Amino acid sequence: MKPSGFTYYRPETVEEALGVLAEVGPDGKVIAGGQSLVPMMNMRLAAPGCLVDINRVSGLDFARVDGVRGAAGDGHAVVRVGATARHADVERNAAIRAAVPLLGQALTHVAHPTIRNRGTSVGSLVHADPAGELTAVLALLGGSVELRSVRGTRTVGADDFFVDLLESCVEPDELATAAMFPASDGHTGSAWVEVARRNGDYAVCGVGALVTVDDDMRITDARTAYVSVGPRPVVLDASGVVGDVTLDNADWGATGRWAAGQLEPGEDIHATAEYRRHLAGVLTQRALRAAAGRAAGHRTGGSSGGNGTTGETAAARDHAGRGEG
Amino acid sequence: MTTRSLGEPIARREDPRLLTGQGRYVDDIGHDALEVAFVRSPHAHARIVDIDVMGALDVDGLVAIYTYEDLQGRMAEPLPVLIPHPALTHGRTPCALADGEVNHVGEPVVMVVATDRYVAEDACDRIVVQYEALPPVVGIEAARAGELLVHDDVPGNVSAHMVQEAGDAASAIADAPNVLELDLEIERSASTPLEGKGVHARWDPDDQSLRVYTSTQASTSVRAAVAAKLELPVDRVEVIAPDVGGGFGVKIVHPWPEEILVPMAAIRLGREVKWTEDRREHFVSSAHERGQLQHVRVGFDDDGRLRGLDVTVWHDNGAYTPYGIIVPIITTTQLLGPYKPGAYRAEFFSLYTNTLIVTPYRGAGRPQGCFAMERTMDAIAAHLGLDRVTVRERNLIRPDEMPYDQGLVFQDGRPLIYDSGDYPATMEKLKKLVGWEEFEEYRATARAEGRRVGIGVACYVEGTGVGPYEGGFVKVETDGTVVVATGLTTQGQGHQTVFAQVVADELGVPVERVVVTTGDTRRFGYAVGTFASRAAVMSGNAVALAARKVREKALRVAGEALEADPRDLEIDDGEVRVKGIPGLSVPLSTVAVLSNPLRYAFDDEAKRATQFASPADPDKTPVADGEEPGLEGTGYYSPPRSTFANGMHAAIVETDPDTAEISILRYCVVHDCGTLINPRIVEGQIHGGVAQGVGGALYERMVYDDAGQLVNASFMDFLMPYSTEVPTIEADHLQTPSPLNPLGIKGAGEAGVIPGAAVLASAIEDAEGIRIRRMPISPSELHHLREATAE
Amino acid sequence: MLVEVRDEAGNMVNDASGGERLHEVSMVVNGVHRSAAVPARRLLSDFLRHDLGLTGTHVGCEHGVCGACTVLLGGRPIRACLQFAVMHDGAEITTVEGCARQDGELGTVQQAFRDCHGLQCGFCTPGFVTTITAYLEENPSPTEEEAREAIAGNLCRCTGYQNIVASVLRAAELRATEPRTMEPRTSEPGTTVLRAAGEAEVSP
Ligand SMILES: Cc1cc2nc3c(=O)[nH]c(=O)nc-3n(C[C@H](O)[C@H](O)[C@H](O)COP(=O)(O)OP(=O)(O)OC[C@H]3O[C@@H](n4cnc5c(N)ncnc54)[C@H](O)[C@@H]3O)c2cc1C
Ligand code: FES
Ligand code: FES
Repeated sequence: MKPSGFTYYRPETVEEALGVLAEVGPDGKVIAGGQSLVPMMNMRLAAPGCLVDINRVSGLDFARVDGVRGAAGDGHAVVRVGATARHADVERNAAIRAAVPLLGQALTHVAHPTIRNRGTSVGSLVHADPAGELTAVLALLGGSVELRSVRGTRTVGADDFFVDLLESCVEPDELATAAMFPASDGHTGSAWVEVARRNGDYAVCGVGALVTVDDDMRITDARTAYVSVGPRPVVLDASGVVGDVTLDNADWGATGRWAAGQLEPGEDIHATAEYRRHLAGVLTQRALRAAAGRAAGHRTGGSSGGNGTTGETAAARDHAGRGEG
Repeated sequence: MTTRSLGEPIARREDPRLLTGQGRYVDDIGHDALEVAFVRSPHAHARIVDIDVMGALDVDGLVAIYTYEDLQGRMAEPLPVLIPHPALTHGRTPCALADGEVNHVGEPVVMVVATDRYVAEDACDRIVVQYEALPPVVGIEAARAGELLVHDDVPGNVSAHMVQEAGDAASAIADAPNVLELDLEIERSASTPLEGKGVHARWDPDDQSLRVYTSTQASTSVRAAVAAKLELPVDRVEVIAPDVGGGFGVKIVHPWPEEILVPMAAIRLGREVKWTEDRREHFVSSAHERGQLQHVRVGFDDDGRLRGLDVTVWHDNGAYTPYGIIVPIITTTQLLGPYKPGAYRAEFFSLYTNTLIVTPYRGAGRPQGCFAMERTMDAIAAHLGLDRVTVRERNLIRPDEMPYDQGLVFQDGRPLIYDSGDYPATMEKLKKLVGWEEFEEYRATARAEGRRVGIGVACYVEGTGVGPYEGGFVKVETDGTVVVATGLTTQGQGHQTVFAQVVADELGVPVERVVVTTGDTRRFGYAVGTFASRAAVMSGNAVALAARKVREKALRVAGEALEADPRDLEIDDGEVRVKGIPGLSVPLSTVAVLSNPLRYAFDDEAKRATQFASPADPDKTPVADGEEPGLEGTGYYSPPRSTFANGMHAAIVETDPDTAEISILRYCVVHDCGTLINPRIVEGQIHGGVAQGVGGALYERMVYDDAGQLVNASFMDFLMPYSTEVPTIEADHLQTPSPLNPLGIKGAGEAGVIPGAAVLASAIEDAEGIRIRRMPISPSELHHLREATAE
Repeated sequence: MLVEVRDEAGNMVNDASGGERLHEVSMVVNGVHRSAAVPARRLLSDFLRHDLGLTGTHVGCEHGVCGACTVLLGGRPIRACLQFAVMHDGAEITTVEGCARQDGELGTVQQAFRDCHGLQCGFCTPGFVTTITAYLEENPSPTEEEAREAIAGNLCRCTGYQNIVASVLRAAELRATEPRTMEPRTSEPGTTVLRAAGEAEVSP
């Protein structure tokens, strides 16, 4: 398990990187954290002729909140994550955790901390593994990715970004420079729950949920997103199913069953399609209930969007509040 | 007084080295060696039509390419069947490189030697092997059906068929008031040590000698095998097992193709050559175990007492049988556990499939046997509406029935006679430890909270310390250091500590002064190997016997010097003393000096031993009649038969009513492995074994698709448990010394793993009220069992 | 089929670089400047083990799961098998060898492993020692559950983890009582660079 040879490039500016990418063409690959690419290279499932190391490109290691989150919770804040920001940088950033709690909630489920120390959030989006938590987070939040090449810059929304299994819309000459995760408005609660075979494994099924309420605790919006149920992340708008009800009257169980019916998961050695669908239903219910609880917390001025998980699964453990980034 | 070290949980001698990165594993040796990679079969079953190496020739750094055609003499013959057995009528082994046909994915076809492993893999990528695919036989059902054959000349894919009987099981069952039948299945798993295999070979053309470092559990036998295959005199071959990063059985098999191919290349090329197995290779070209279908027919009375037991086992031995049929023999004999079966009949079929070979993995067939017996016990309890522990207690062999002859022949060809043990007492301890009686209360509380919990229990007896023998060498150096060597190898069991403890006590020296070497044929040439929980029993006793010889000699020599009767002497803290006369003593280091009369004084110690150092009796020879120079001794221990350890595990699990996730809330172990040399090390063995048991029950399985591809050949998908998947283990023990050996030791290496699948199946069944007949079990499978039961 | 590549004199051909372009890679490893010329594809794990001879870092899977290769990059644990050495030219790396005390005695985490029988075959151990060393910097007094969580990304096939969990707690205890000067070298910029026995100092 040793990689094939390649020509190594280490640009120091974005422009330089774009130049190299344009030059080497389809034979080139960007390497960021290497946490997905290098295993594939070691197994010789990938053998790029040129490797463009972006780790020293200046100005890409940011992870910050842009825009001010209005007092009324009007949600103009956006979390911007640069191409060389590590999962750990995002996860440990208190401002980000406050602005978009879902990011932190999901990131604690991405592998183990050592992988998160090196793996980049942008890289995991480009890699487009439908089991990768951040794909669903981006999709659920309606986020986007900024792509640059010598040809120009474009910003692609999650819908168009994920094309197929392990395939994003990034062209060979493009560099994903940043990912944008918009904050939801202040009456929104979020949650991430998943079941993985072992703690830290890719999820057998994972669900993110956002629930928004108005001042009267009526649910105005309820959405979920899924990993490991298809070739791309799947987002469901459950608002219609939940109906125009207050939090107390929501039938999350029924919503879960409805969601399960919407999904077409596949089978692998860890789970049958049927079990996955069942699991998606159960986890939908749990994620929505947890998110709703947090939305209620927002309204009553309680602790805001707690960064944890719902703790219902063995794999779900709360890393909140440890280590600021 | 030297504090007694035997039985003390002292810290390990080997740790400082291993903890600071100073360990020496095979791949740490020979940075300049040429490196080897293999082209391995991508097919489960195929004929090799052509091998084209032309594309590889212009790879810079390529040194050599070998295929089967390049093997000469005995190298070209099939590898040995290591453990022949009369029932193994159709044993088959591969050649070191495939000879025309491949029978599993991963079988080595071409060996490439290059300047480093990267380059070697480059060359492998460019070698084109043309195959004609043959239909593969995958899975026990397909093998048993016998429509397709793995080996053309093996009808029905049956390598071995064996029946053992004690009494007339058929009529005992027929006459029994109750009869049950169970179909049981255990899937494949594997030892999976964290360090794969590895071989480093260095040929010395001047000395015409070969040194081989290999990550093995049996260096002396590798030496013999390498010498035989390469047609070298055995005394020109040295084999050393350096630090070994875990074995668990897979490294007992030998010679692996690589163990003879790498030395062959080293000799031919006149260069150091090394092969370090990577993880993917380990998955597809080492060995697996556990895969068995088992049918149980049991007859019992209304109290749950066994009248007769009839078990049929279909064992998947993979593509070849280099290690014989040890695994199904152990399953069918050790299945009986601590129970009296009434009459017993066991039959097994060992079947070829186009999958990786099957050889012992820690537990070696016992987990499957334990699963069969313990599932049966639970089934009887359920059938009669009795408590599961009560049924077991009614069938236990009582201490006053020891030694107990099960009337079978064990894996060592010796009678299956349990030497000792107190099974009822073990069960009593376990019940207390886990709170068996209080569990229903706990269940009710949990149920009120909407939680589903269950408790399970499983018992085992483990034959340990199988022969034929091990040896030990003990020598006191003139500086007082005690050098110990034994031939068997170490893969983390702390032999450098436990054997030092044994020798320190026998000899009366501080344990810090004892230095132990294992698995190095330069130090000790006669050995069998480390497997079957035998190291402590075999080499522990062997080094004790050697130390006793040294002690005797020390007393003789010191007696002369002190002008005292050896019977009045004692050794303590490294000094030979005259009992009761303080101050009258001589250090062992001096005794070592005195025991070796010298002519040349190369250091101060030596000066004291030269001919003119002390007035000698002119009528006596410098070395007394019947003595040999040096304060050293060699001892061998050869047991009449195996000794039997035992234990019982209980587990409490919780199953998620919705997601079907299974978590272990408590895991309790009570075990008895006789005299404990180092309780902390024994406990560590138990912990590690339990973790593997949990892995085998809930996480690990080797998944082959219909084409015979191992689809989860990575740590990503072969789910070895992390710390978060292994419960905290609560352990208690009894010490029933074995009457069979001087130290009273029974083996402990494998115990922890044996009841894993059985106890967790029992607990899950209890939580769910669903029959569990197949392990491992995943949440997905549990979910489907629930659905099937609900229908 | 036999191919043995020899030059005209009949000697085995030995082109150590395999004809690939070499990159000069320098690092401060355990406080010592080290460097070697290697192909771009040399994994950091192989670089440490074979080019620098620091064989304490082990390789158990080469796909990022087992953690045996874990080293500290600027104090943070990373998988050395998932990095190319060339990417870390100029970096500061701590390996298990660097987790010992300056006088060569066991560092606190190492001592804790010895005290608690936290290792058997020792193959996984270097990855645990580095991971735990970094973890305790962040969380000096973990609970038992946190300790278990802290080691959850590393595989051990021998110990069943129980004694490793105990080792984490023990190391925290030792750390709390021992003076800070006993800590392993972290070689922050500006601190004296110490040289371990047998290591050559190569200017960067
Ligand atoms: C043991 C293990 C467990 C893991 N478990 C999980 C898990 O549970 N959940 C999860 O989500 N992930 C998991 N991962 C993957 C991890 O999250 C990776 O960090 C992530 O998938 C890729 O990020 P990276 O920076 O390492 O990308 P790299 O490996 O460097 O690159 C991945 C791919 O993206 C491309 N790429 C990366 N960055 C850019 C860019 N800026 N512009 C253009 N192309 C780019 C590369 O060319 C490559 O094709 C795991 C990884 C490992 C090793
Ligand atoms: S060798 Fe790097 S994680 Fe296993
Ligand atoms: S001690 Fe052997 S793998 Fe951990």
